[in-house]
Amino acid sequence: MSLPANAMRLETIGLTKRFGDFVALDGVSIKVQPGTVHALLGENGAGKSTLVKCLSGYHAADAGALILDQREQTLASPTDARRLGIGMVYQHFTVVPGMTVAENLLLATGELPGIVRWPRVRAELAAFMQSTPFQLDLDARPVDLSAGQKQKLEILKQMRLRPRLLILDEPTSVLTPQEADEVLGALRSRAHAGECSIILITHKFREVLAYADEVSVLRRGLHVASAPVSTVTQASLAQQMVGEAVSATLPIERQATPAAPARLVIHDLHAHGDRGTPALQGFSLDVAAGEIVGVAGVSGNGQRELMQALTGQRRILEGSIHVAGTPFRGTRTQNRELAVRSLPEEPLLNACVPEMSLADNLSLRTFDEPAFAHLGWRKPGALRSLAATAIAAFGVRTRGPDEAIRQLSGGNIQRVVLARELSGRADLLLVSNPTFGLDFAATRDIHRRLLEARNAGCAVLLISEDLDELMLLADRIAVISAGRVVLTCPAAGADRQALGAAMGGIPHDYPPPVQLSETEIAA
Amino acid sequence: MSPRLLATIEAAALPILAVAAALLAFGVFAAWGGYPPLEVWRLLFVGAFGDAFSWQNSLQRAAPLMLTALCVAIPAQAGLMVIGGEGALVVGALATAALPYLMTVPPSLSGTLLILLASVLAGAAFGALIGAMRQWRGVNETISGLLLAYLVINLFKHVVEGPMRDPASLNKPSTRPLDDSLMIGTIPGMDVHWGLVWGVVACVAASIWLAFTTHGFSTRVVGGNPRAAGLVGLPAHRLVITACAIGGAAAGLSGGFEVAAVHTAANASVISGLGYAGILVSFVARHQPLAIIPVAIVLGGFGAAGSLLQRRLGMPDASVQVLLGFAFVLILAAEVGRGRLRLPGRARGAKAP
Repeated sequence: MSLPANAMRLETIGLTKRFGDFVALDGVSIKVQPGTVHALLGENGAGKSTLVKCLSGYHAADAGALILDQREQTLASPTDARRLGIGMVYQHFTVVPGMTVAENLLLATGELPGIVRWPRVRAELAAFMQSTPFQLDLDARPVDLSAGQKQKLEILKQMRLRPRLLILDEPTSVLTPQEADEVLGALRSRAHAGECSIILITHKFREVLAYADEVSVLRRGLHVASAPVSTVTQASLAQQMVGEAVSATLPIERQATPAAPARLVIHDLHAHGDRGTPALQGFSLDVAAGEIVGVAGVSGNGQRELMQALTGQRRILEGSIHVAGTPFRGTRTQNRELAVRSLPEEPLLNACVPEMSLADNLSLRTFDEPAFAHLGWRKPGALRSLAATAIAAFGVRTRGPDEAIRQLSGGNIQRVVLARELSGRADLLLVSNPTFGLDFAATRDIHRRLLEARNAGCAVLLISEDLDELMLLADRIAVISAGRVVLTCPAAGADRQALGAAMGGIPHDYPPPVQLSETEIAA
Repeated sequence: MSPRLLATIEAAALPILAVAAALLAFGVFAAWGGYPPLEVWRLLFVGAFGDAFSWQNSLQRAAPLMLTALCVAIPAQAGLMVIGGEGALVVGALATAALPYLMTVPPSLSGTLLILLASVLAGAAFGALIGAMRQWRGVNETISGLLLAYLVINLFKHVVEGPMRDPASLNKPSTRPLDDSLMIGTIPGMDVHWGLVWGVVACVAASIWLAFTTHGFSTRVVGGNPRAAGLVGLPAHRLVITACAIGGAAAGLSGGFEVAAVHTAANASVISGLGYAGILVSFVARHQPLAIIPVAIVLGGFGAAGSLLQRRLGMPDASVQVLLGFAFVLILAAEVGRGRLRLPGRARGAKAP
């Protein structure tokens, strides 16, 4: 495809979009200068996704104008947008799960030849990938890739089209700091070289301050402010986003907890991934009561398989898992007696039954307990009142406990799973990427609840691809790479660069994990 | 309108629309064959539900369909697609006919219950085998069910024509007819055998089990999302195999009725595609046991109307198979419309943020 390779100037004037009675965008006017990175900041429901969907032709605005390169344009469909050179990387993956990376990239251009000459196409794709910051196996299927790798594939697909304006919706949610730096750095260079303009939706202030040239803040559908990044601070951005002063410290105090023996003991765990290749290769870790142990790592190094093995969803080949001294198999009785709860990633896929109602989903742990069932007979009244209480306590926005859970937004689904898992006492919490794609307030809420559980004596294993989150919450951090722990250290004062390096390196001869003590870090 | 009500309306509307479309297509098909479509539709209705005789005929045909449909519906609630109901029916029929060969069966009601129990257990074993192969060896249950059905049908024929053959049955190999006292009679005041009552009871019981018991709920969770079920520690293997066994038991029971109420002995007449027709019933009923009851009656009605079409119009009575074929294709196609039905004049609201 030969599109002109120069960056686009974009301006919106009074863009308005309504869905029934709900006003998603109310007279939003922003200006994106050509060859710049323009960050769009705002909470969930602020209208950023709606705005970019109007820009990419997915929605037709109800009022207002769109001016591209000083000419007013109407976008009737995403095809129009693409023709004009607007590309978008969505937050939810749009790759074809059953086709290989090579086939997905070939599909991305939208023009397929009658006969595909694969050797030539593969060579071209390999050369294209060399010119980008990301490398993926051309023969892998997205279903085998982790979230971070799928994200890279999404970006690669758009880069194939050489867009004049590239819109990215939370692109680095699942990337390591180094990868995020790579991606954003590469995209910024492209922009500054005049190849394209970039609109970046993000909630990470660090990225905005480091990589964006200008930032616009939206709140509840209204445009609050736009300014060059050199003139803003994290505090001022947070305040504009949420409308009130926001603290950058922990949501609640981290209390001192007494030293306790390890509650969760994972020893030399071996497991295969979905493709039969080794995923966990001798993973060992201990988590004591009253501490949060963070597992940091680049996505695709065994975190998903670890979580599945811990929750009894994946067969263990070698090694053992002990909870409070008992071998743990993840049966229902054990979950109840040992008070083990889990928050897996992608909750709709892993922790909920999509077709069932909120009330049913909330009852999955407790539906056979005496309070809710008598001799195998369910008590629907008790279940519904439990659901109503949980919905209120955790702030789930919904039409009622009978709504099917798949109708809810991602943030609300996560709140439902939280409500279910954190409602009762938990002695061991297994958490994986709990705040992926959530807004500031929801993230803070989840962090608060995890700290509360920890302070109350719960052992928390927190697997996260967001290093900032781990450094904030964890007491200790372990780095996973190629299915093993390669480094453990206390979180206080941990060196981001050292962690990042450990996350990225895959040594073939596995040395014993590096234990950095407090004194070594301080030195 | 509450989301629940809307979802229920949509759930009922799609199969009804599909069946209506199938009737329309059948009319076109009949017209193409030179038969007057309006008359065809009228006779379909009359032949199915026009008078007491037609009603009896329809109910008679509906009775086994209710049970064989459960053989698809219950495993479907556990997330499996089992289409081997014909095989479960056949082993049930064989077990019912074989029990008097193996032991002295007490006469009258206790004996009848015993031979029906044999059919239930045989069907359950058949279903459990399909479930076990899937859970422990990963064998696709759709294929294994179908192939096992072929297997048992041939086994049935071999046994009926060989070791269990009644010497008095010359032209048509058959087992020895059941003792008169063991035979199942008709419901008082009707021409339909008691299998109808058992069919209705089984469907109602299944629907209560799924909706109100913890075991039924667990089964639905496994069917809805096996990963979530694993997360909360539900014993997926046990639940799936149990669901398959229950489905097989229902189809086995219908086989028992075919022998004890209809044919009096096990022979090739028992293998008449009732298991396969049950697949269609279950799909049209969206695998909901309570909905199976009216759907079985409607489809039984179509079958009953076939003979009227033949008598009045000269259409071969097998032409209703074409109608059933249209219905099956359209019900599968209707799944595409799921979640997309809009009430006229009402725009869909945006998702809550």
